[in-house]
Amino acid sequence: MADTTAGDAQEARSSLASMVYDPKARGIFFQVLIFGLLLIGLYLIINNTLVNLEQLNKKSGFGFLSQTTGFAIFDTLGTWAVGYTPGESTYWDVFLVGAINTVWVAVFSIILSTILGFIIGVMRLSKNVILRSVATVYIEVLRNIPLLLQIFFWIALLTGIAPGKRDDPVSIFGVFFFDSSGIRGPYPISLEGAGVFYASIVIGVIAAFAIGKWAKKRQDATGQQFPSFWVGLGVIIFLPVIVFYAMGQPIELEWPDRGNFGFRPGIGSFIEISFVALWLSLGTYTASFIAEIVRAGILSVSHGQTEGAQALGISANVTLSKVIIPQAMRVIIPPLTSQYLNVTKNSSLAAAIGFPDVVATFSGTALNQVGQEIEMIFMMMMVYLFFSVTTAIFMNWYNARKRLVER
Amino acid sequence: MTKQSIAYVRTDEAPKLPPPSDSTGIVGWLKENILSTMNDFSSPSKTAASVVMMILTVLSLLAAYAMISGMASYLLFTATFSIPEGVTGADACRENGGACWPFIAAKMKLMIYGAYPAEELWRVDVVYLLLAIGIAWMIWEKAPARKLVCTLMLTAFPIVAFILLTGGALHGSWGAKGVWAVIGAGLFGAGIALDRGMAGDSLKAFSGGFKAIGGLFLMIVAVGAIFSIEFGLEPVRTDLWGGLLVTFVVALTGIVASLPLGIILALGRRSQMPVVRLLSVLFIEFWRGVPLITVLFMSSVMLPFFLPPETEFDKLLRALIGVALFSSAYMAEVVRGGLQAIGKGQVEGGMSLGLSYWQQMRLIVLPQALTLVIPGIVNTFIGLFKDTVLVLIIGIFDLLGAVQNQALKDPEWINPTAATTGYLTVGAIFWVFCFGMSRYSMAMERKLYRGHKR
Repeated sequence: MADTTAGDAQEARSSLASMVYDPKARGIFFQVLIFGLLLIGLYLIINNTLVNLEQLNKKSGFGFLSQTTGFAIFDTLGTWAVGYTPGESTYWDVFLVGAINTVWVAVFSIILSTILGFIIGVMRLSKNVILRSVATVYIEVLRNIPLLLQIFFWIALLTGIAPGKRDDPVSIFGVFFFDSSGIRGPYPISLEGAGVFYASIVIGVIAAFAIGKWAKKRQDATGQQFPSFWVGLGVIIFLPVIVFYAMGQPIELEWPDRGNFGFRPGIGSFIEISFVALWLSLGTYTASFIAEIVRAGILSVSHGQTEGAQALGISANVTLSKVIIPQAMRVIIPPLTSQYLNVTKNSSLAAAIGFPDVVATFSGTALNQVGQEIEMIFMMMMVYLFFSVTTAIFMNWYNARKRLVER
Repeated sequence: MTKQSIAYVRTDEAPKLPPPSDSTGIVGWLKENILSTMNDFSSPSKTAASVVMMILTVLSLLAAYAMISGMASYLLFTATFSIPEGVTGADACRENGGACWPFIAAKMKLMIYGAYPAEELWRVDVVYLLLAIGIAWMIWEKAPARKLVCTLMLTAFPIVAFILLTGGALHGSWGAKGVWAVIGAGLFGAGIALDRGMAGDSLKAFSGGFKAIGGLFLMIVAVGAIFSIEFGLEPVRTDLWGGLLVTFVVALTGIVASLPLGIILALGRRSQMPVVRLLSVLFIEFWRGVPLITVLFMSSVMLPFFLPPETEFDKLLRALIGVALFSSAYMAEVVRGGLQAIGKGQVEGGMSLGLSYWQQMRLIVLPQALTLVIPGIVNTFIGLFKDTVLVLIIGIFDLLGAVQNQALKDPEWINPTAATTGYLTVGAIFWVFCFGMSRYSMAMERKLYRGHKR
């Protein structure tokens, strides 16, 4: 009798013990614990926020987005695209202006940094000691100095060398004019029939891609090659040119107009000097990182690949374009996209020099006028998170595609 | 038969000929390193490539010459080194047109200490000195007791630096500390009791957790107690800090705080528990997805809303919290890289020895993984060090902020070259630190290279 109770007790204890030592049960316990702590933390934060907001008599919610604004923003692509006018536009428009400017400066800087980065990365591997040392010095100097400092430096340099608003501007090929406010150039005004011209550009690009695809298909089937690159380039260039003249030159250029006190605003196209500084600093700074990525990518393709191509009698150019670059790109693209993401995030430094990107527009005058910090900073962060998530999706797609190609 | 000589085979070695004259000396070096890329005219495309190389080389030489001569003339030949009698510094610099060194000399104190009170500067100096000694000790491989110094730098140094820089003597209530100390001691004691098997075998498993949490509480109380001791130091508010001091404080806090946080996040991201994994991924990807500026705005503007009303919160401390959370996400990814490089067999070996999860991590996996990612940690630190300048946007004046927002605003020194001189100086200081660290990281990479790379 006594034996059985002792046995039962032992059994009960061991089943409790086994549950305590069971990784699954422990896992569930810890997860519930962590989730509970998280909920308590969230509750405290939200509660505190509500109490604080009530004490300060602040509004909450996104109602402010439909209010009209009363302040001006510099002329930028964003204000042009949104048609921003103080007194009529809303805070949502301000947000759009900022978001468009962020994208604009990021895209332009990405283009500059990619071109520069690839050139310098290849130069870094050159057998020519002069090119190699210039590239090394460029990389080591630029990537070890804070970007914000470089932005300050560029804007000080540009405003230092730029002629004043009343002086004669620096002419770039007689098309663009540079002074202390920025760069001005002609603005295309569409006349009747311009739509056809714009359509022809799109059609030209589509046709070039179609030709490329057809040529690849034919080469796979028959082995015959087709100079699809040159033909495609010809289509892209000549189709719009022909249409342009056939439609009777449907685009007129509006040249910037100079009055006694500098250029008249709103005539011709205009790029703010802070944009130029931001673009140059972001582009040159990121190029130093991209150069290192390119160098690592090219070095990752083993020399045996080149020798194998030579043994097959493949010419040097084709070896480069069909053997080395495709394999190097596989190594280059993932870090390259993260650099592109960095450019987008770093473009937020525009706030420091007054270029109206999403941080500058929303954290500056708009925040002072509305005073809803939580909502506005949340919206700012969402812009960047959107780009990060999009990039992550692209990278997953790219990696999946590359894996398919590989096996 | 073997001794039979073959008449047409040479028996003595042919004398070595000297290398062709065009492959030695300066000519040979030029040919090898410069001309070899541009002397192939055998086909149209190769000719074009050679011509392009020639143009590029000449352009590079010209650019290098322009840069060097321009820099030399700006920094030395047209620079102002001293101010003549009866002229203000600004006028003297304006006249010469080159770098304005008296400006830097006049603002040197601002750039190194900020507005820290003059009679208390020795405290900052002591912190700088301790930091320099500690880092030198950790880098020098043959130094004795490196591990001890490393531990001290991560634990004792921050406490000493905090007391020296702020003056210590925080006003916290001793009652609250007592309560927390009792709770901590209770938990720790319960842990020991459980470990001894006092509540039965089944609860023994929780002894580690109790001991860890209790120990953490006790540690926090101990640090708080040290901070509230009156050392007789004049308290210095953090808004008087500035220059290099703030740069170091932000960067070092970021790195010291981000290491443990990053390790926990990295382990969480590789955890078997879905909730933990999801939370870690969300945390890491959120901070990595937003720019540091928005994080700093958030910590300076939004953070006060999250805390109970009437909580007084130092501006620098808020920025430090933002920087620590931000860099911990990057650190987590670096540590995760190291964890991924450690084979599954290591963990399984630990399991077979009966080690618990934390024992496996502490004794087997992390020592290997962290050693492997030292270069990555240093690179993260370089990035963080450069990013510290962003605090000037929320009104904390680091090295760049001291120049941009304080020194250059001084009406006495308004002249066209002050800004460029200031930027060049700050740039040079940052460059020296970052370049040094990147060299160290590369040296570590070479040292850690065990030939297992593909």
